[in-house]
Amino acid sequence: MKILIKQSDFDKICRHALSELPNEACGLIAGIDREDGVREIKKTYLLRNVDQTNEHFTIDPREQLASIKDMRAEGLTPLGNWHSHPETPSRPSEEDKRLANDPRATYLILSLEDRGNPTLNAFHVEGPQDNKLVRKEELIIINE
Amino acid sequence: MIITVAGAQKDVAEGLTVAALIEQEKVDTPQYVTVSVNEEFIDSDKFDSHILQEGDDVEFLYFMGGGR
Repeated sequence: MKILIKQSDFDKICRHALSELPNEACGLIAGIDREDGVREIKKTYLLRNVDQTNEHFTIDPREQLASIKDMRAEGLTPLGNWHSHPETPSRPSEEDKRLANDPRATYLILSLEDRGNPTLNAFHVEGPQDNKLVRKEELIIINE
Repeated sequence: MIITVAGAQKDVAEGLTVAALIEQEKVDTPQYVTVSVNEEFIDSDKFDSHILQEGDDVEFLYFMGGGR
């Protein structure tokens, strides 16, 4: 699946993730699934990592619910989440895979391993716990 | 009766439980779903006994977490 994210949203999550260092940062993404099969991110949400560590993240469920309500009010579809890896590459860790349980979600991972050159990739994860399949999606950063 | 499920209005049977709604809606990986009704989270051990009411607003949420 091809996924589009605006440059301004990419910059927004980068700024937030850098400001949250040394901890992991996280949030949600919302948008539309176009008829041509392209998934277009229209809005990003910066949410609280209740774990407050550089090794884990958990999105605050109340903030998650409030964000979902906001998406519905704006006519957007919940598309998935994003989180940062402060010191590791932009790929799902074993824990990321284990906790990725929404087969419809897009999982964005922002690596800050190279602080001056953050790397964002998109993944789809599905399957049973003992055989999670990860597929890297085509992510395109667009200028509005 | 009319309830709202994930933002869409649905006509469902009186006496429908949260567990029955999860099954009826064919929710993906239901064992990992958290349910809110009118913005209150329902404990998973109450899914079988929590009966939905006219006008309820139901959302299905997945735990969102991970690690490096």
